[in-house]
Amino acid sequence: MSPRAASRLESLGFAHVYDYVAGKADWASFGLPIEGTWHSGTRVGAHASTDVPACGPADRMFKVRERVRAAGWDTCFVTNERGVVLGRLGRTALNRDDDISVEEAMTLGPSTVRPSLELDKAVERMQKQNLTGLPVTRSDGVLVGVLRREDAERALPSSSTA
Amino acid sequence: MPTPIDRDQVQQLLEQGAQLVEVLPEDEYEYEHLPGAIDIPLKTLDAESVRALDRGRPVIVYCYDYQ
Repeated sequence: MSPRAASRLESLGFAHVYDYVAGKADWASFGLPIEGTWHSGTRVGAHASTDVPACGPADRMFKVRERVRAAGWDTCFVTNERGVVLGRLGRTALNRDDDISVEEAMTLGPSTVRPSLELDKAVERMQKQNLTGLPVTRSDGVLVGVLRREDAERALPSSSTA
Repeated sequence: MPTPIDRDQVQQLLEQGAQLVEVLPEDEYEYEHLPGAIDIPLKTLDAESVRALDRGRPVIVYCYDYQ
């Protein structure tokens, strides 16, 4: 639709017309602000905890384990130098006492959601799948944070939660 | 010919004073739109409706995705 609109504007005499072909779906999935009835505050991105620990695949588990515990978390995301999520260390990996590399201990390819996902849909998913949280990544795979179920349920109107 | 641009280029052009136009129907615009965008649905895009736009500044149009 936007290519037709852009051409129409040119035919109406506008000289500098640009077409953002990926549109608002791309904008929102990257975690950028959205206005309207379903503004950014109603989306997952606004309620994600961004202080979740992250580490690199070459890090050693004994150091990561200490850091994650000190921060009060029971999970850690494994990211590359650009912040793209490669894997996750869950309770099982963090409770091991051997000193291996993060790459050897991590679970690959955790499921993630976009910051643009509506909060009520995220809560519904966590309740159905009995999850305590959902990792949130931008459309380029960069970690945003974790949406904790308790935070998400608290943020919804009471009539929306199970 | 209109220039296709990506998200980063949108942000750069906005910093330079570009105008944002959503071309979806009004209800979809009300539901969600980019900050600062105005709505001129494609079906109403004519000489009258574009009077709100400044011809001296770049115009960025967008819809939902690649539709």
